[in-house]
Amino acid sequence: MEISSATADSPPPPAGGPATEARTKSATRPGDRVFLAFSRGSGILLLVIMAAIAVFLTVRATSALSKNEGNFFTTFEWTANGTPPVFGIAVLAFGTVVSSVIAMLIAVPVAIGIALFISHYAPRRLAAPLSYVIDLLAAVPSIVYGLWGALFLVPHLGGLYSWFDDYLGWTGILAYHDGAARSLFTIGILLAIMILPIVTSVSREVFLQTPKMNEEAALALGATRWEVIRMAVLPFGRSGVISASMLGLGRALGETMAVATVLSPGFEIGKSLLDPGGGTFAQNIASSFKESGEIGKDALIASGLVLFVLTLLVNGAARLIIARRKEYTA
Amino acid sequence: MAKRIDVSGLSAFYGAHKAIDDISMTVEPRSVTAFIGPSGCGKSTFLRTLNRMHEVTPGGRVEGKVMLDDENLYGPGVDPVSVRRTVGMVFQRPNPFPTMSIYENVAAGIRLNGDRVRKSDMDAIVERSLQGANLWKEVKDRLNKPGAGLSGGQQQRLCIARAIAVEPQVLLMDEPCSALDPISTLAIEDLIGELKERFTIVIVTHNMQQAARVSDRTAFFNLAGVGRPGKLIEIDDTERIFSNPSVQATEDYISGRFG
Repeated sequence: MEISSATADSPPPPAGGPATEARTKSATRPGDRVFLAFSRGSGILLLVIMAAIAVFLTVRATSALSKNEGNFFTTFEWTANGTPPVFGIAVLAFGTVVSSVIAMLIAVPVAIGIALFISHYAPRRLAAPLSYVIDLLAAVPSIVYGLWGALFLVPHLGGLYSWFDDYLGWTGILAYHDGAARSLFTIGILLAIMILPIVTSVSREVFLQTPKMNEEAALALGATRWEVIRMAVLPFGRSGVISASMLGLGRALGETMAVATVLSPGFEIGKSLLDPGGGTFAQNIASSFKESGEIGKDALIASGLVLFVLTLLVNGAARLIIARRKEYTA
Repeated sequence: MAKRIDVSGLSAFYGAHKAIDDISMTVEPRSVTAFIGPSGCGKSTFLRTLNRMHEVTPGGRVEGKVMLDDENLYGPGVDPVSVRRTVGMVFQRPNPFPTMSIYENVAAGIRLNGDRVRKSDMDAIVERSLQGANLWKEVKDRLNKPGAGLSGGQQQRLCIARAIAVEPQVLLMDEPCSALDPISTLAIEDLIGELKERFTIVIVTHNMQQAARVSDRTAFFNLAGVGRPGKLIEIDDTERIFSNPSVQATEDYISGRFG
């Protein structure tokens, strides 16, 4: 009796207060309060920063749009510093989306292949150094990729493009008319190489987390290694691979330096993806920002706002895809 | 349908560590054989050598012979994948494929075999397997719902349906009830009694009452000490093992004097 009453009273109640009150009050200890304030503050700070960026972009963009003499969405021209200013994002939107889509089409299957090789095929001796090299690639600055693209990739793609022209030239979009390979397709290849490490790395982590018991269930039914991957690993990793691809797509959409170094910009949409010319949002901002006047800068900000919205839409779509199959993710 | 298993001189290793040593036994067709013994004595490892699942573990290696009727599972040129199609397995924790519906879970093994099965035939196989696992009545109206949405006991019966859908010769069960409540356990035990009409069943269990209830023959495994390989002490009719075993260690274990 002595002992039990001593333990019940062990947090000494504040003078005058009954024991029950002391217990309810002890729910907010100083440490909890500090941490709550800190985490809540961080959350609010993030929202404030996002709102500030959105307001800044919208205000500056509106001022430029009110002076625009062309149609912002359909004009194939960017003379925002002329009088009157005429600018439209059609070429930039096309270039951004097309180069990113090409990059995804090339990078995602290859990344899944590498990730599966590391997680399920490679002997451990090989898997560890390979993962390390992949992670290292993700840390290379984009300007280095840009220089490599301009100095190595561009001069060496002529052969591949001639081959495309021979067999797929009839499609029109893969016709090649000689000249430097500074086209949207080259940008797509370069972007694919740049996003490969991040997509691989995230997919590998997801595949490695496949529950052992699901893989064993497939094995015990008489599945081969590939069938185990198809039945247990890929379905489990599906949403993770989508997230990884979105990370990669985000990087491809916003990539600036590498694109600006390789692309020969031009405000037209070529018939073929192999024709030089075109542009992307980020590349156009980087290339024209310095020599732009007041209206020119605001016009660039307006194009940046479109990129911002585009990224939001892409992320929203990815979340929808993941949520649709939620019932089936354990 | 059911085949006899004849094991001779079987040892299993994890890397350099020998987990079980020189086991020989015969498992009769259309009967239930239970493996009992203290934790770490290698009974699960031994079970996994019977469908070549042991070698899936990194460093896993097996020596000796496992004859399924007249075919050596460890003979040269034997494909472990085809062995596992003949010897089915049910695991300790229910493991239906989380991304598949109840129907797809049962059909999974048949789809693996790669034959084109007509929809109506597949429907019949799924129904027969679920009925065989005493689950049909509970799930027939929600075959397209995810298998992971069932209760633990239902999930385990779904796994049994998945295993018997491919008509294996032998069914291995690795502590199939240890994650289940008593009512679900009873349902599985009743099911085992029905399944032994058609399959050779081997079950690992920690629950000696369960071994006494469901099995025809019982094998007792033990190990000499930590880090030493597990050995088969004796195998006999269940009744005899639980009433009058021939080895003192078995009696000590069963009566609770150690282990």
